[in-house]
Amino acid sequence: MNSSVLDDFLSEIGELYRFMLRFFREGFKPRYEFAEFFRQCFNIGNKTLPLVAITGLIMGLVITIQSQPSLQAFGAESWLPSVVAVSLVREIVPVITALICAGKIGSSIGAELGSMKVTEQIDAMEVSGTNPFKYLVVTRVFAAILMIPLLIVLSDTIALYGAFLGVNMKQVVSFHLFSNQVFESLSFGDVLPSIIKAFFFGFAIGIIGCFKGFSTTNGTQGVGRAANSSVVTSIFVVFIIDLMAAQIADILSIL
Amino acid sequence: MTSKSQFKDPPVIQIKGLKKSFGGSHVLRNFDLELHQGENLVVLGKSGSGKSVLIKCLIGLLTPDAGSIKVYGDEVPELSHDALDKLRVKVGFLFQSNALYDSMTVRENLEFPLRRHWIKTTKESVNELVRHALSNVGLVDTIDKMPAELSGGMRKRIALARTLILKPNIILYDEPTTGLDPITSREISNLMLEIQQKYNTSSIIISHDMSCVKITSNRIVMLIDGVCYATGTYAELSQSTDIKVKQFFD
Ligand SMILES: Nc1ncnc2c1ncn2[C@@H]1O[C@H](COP(=O)(O)OP(=O)(O)OP(=O)(O)O)[C@@H](O)[C@H]1O
Ligand SMILES: [Mg+2]
Repeated sequence: MNSSVLDDFLSEIGELYRFMLRFFREGFKPRYEFAEFFRQCFNIGNKTLPLVAITGLIMGLVITIQSQPSLQAFGAESWLPSVVAVSLVREIVPVITALICAGKIGSSIGAELGSMKVTEQIDAMEVSGTNPFKYLVVTRVFAAILMIPLLIVLSDTIALYGAFLGVNMKQVVSFHLFSNQVFESLSFGDVLPSIIKAFFFGFAIGIIGCFKGFSTTNGTQGVGRAANSSVVTSIFVVFIIDLMAAQIADILSIL
Repeated sequence: MTSKSQFKDPPVIQIKGLKKSFGGSHVLRNFDLELHQGENLVVLGKSGSGKSVLIKCLIGLLTPDAGSIKVYGDEVPELSHDALDKLRVKVGFLFQSNALYDSMTVRENLEFPLRRHWIKTTKESVNELVRHALSNVGLVDTIDKMPAELSGGMRKRIALARTLILKPNIILYDEPTTGLDPITSREISNLMLEIQQKYNTSSIIISHDMSCVKITSNRIVMLIDGVCYATGTYAELSQSTDIKVKQFFD
């Protein structure tokens, strides 16, 4: 019983690995499906932008409001903008945004490709001479790789504005002073790892959604399962990537 | 009388000893078939006998367990991806489930198979092809509708138009008239016949609709228990005394 669960898990990892290899093999060769790529980029942006913006603002506010008392206890209130900015940009915003995208984008890719699979639309593309892997998978994965970092940068900006509002709830700090403090404390070493991490988040969310959609079986029931498990799996993988990124950044900063 | 003797050219499609099973169930056991140039061949068989599996193996959507499938002399299971793509231009496939792209309009559905030729053709000629294909099935006014807005029979006809738009040399029809009223069904059957005569296409037609079979078939193959059980023209088989054959014609 237990061994069959382990078997399924391992064989799924094997299949995902093969799917990824296929992506790298086919992703960079022509023919390039630009129109579909831009359509997918627009889709992703359109679907997630409002949600990402609002959560960004709330995160900035909440983290600032909650950090204030502990800093006040040390008499380090003036550090508030720097402390909050670093934790927002390095960790909180990328991960929360990636989780939102995993929910929104992962599920919609999984469900869309899954229903195309079970209604034989993917087979129809194949026989009409369009490589469905290129047309459907490569475009969506690249769109996720491009759009999720952009969304994260945007959300960073909005979260910092939220932090500015949060700081001003208890004390009066001019925007000029606030941004000076923020940009002094944020080093290249904070921003770059978080952007690199964001690309991996995008890749993971895109490829897992496509993989789950492409391997859908069992009709309509399978479509629901594909959508569901693409969300669960990509959330899990986002955390794994985050952990690895933290470790790697830590090792690099010691060197 | 064997119908083979009347054809001198090598067959367009030649299947020998085809085997395909899913898990424990052997769907195709040892199936043989030959399709000749310009011929309409009907495959008859009970539901679940493996007719759809057979034509999916033909076009490389399923890989057979054993046996040889030759289309224009090429061994399909051994073809590379590119070679398979080249072959598929010459072969049209009508899916039993229609498989229309439900995120696209009817126009985009029909344009999709033309994409590979897009660089070479103008927008007007693509438009012209789409309109012509739609008028063939009598549905020009649905051009900007989504598939979900169409009736089942209309979807079937759009799918047929999409199959025919590239003027393939070989056409594989999986139940082209199922779900249509008798009048439309006869129109579609006549259209299939017309296409065969006009372009000298060769087709494999899967159908339960005996009036369609009667109109379109030059020859019939009975797929029973995973093998080619009997073959002959409509007239020959309808005179058969074999109980398994007879029940289809009653
Ligand atoms: N992908 C698949 N996985 C597992 N079993 C399959 C698969 N495709 C077909 N089968 C099985 O193969 C058998 C033949 O299926 P097929 O779709 O070819 O039937 P058919 O002759 O086309 O029937 P119908 O006239 O109802 O369309 C069925 O028993 C089906 O369960
Ligand atoms: Mg079938």
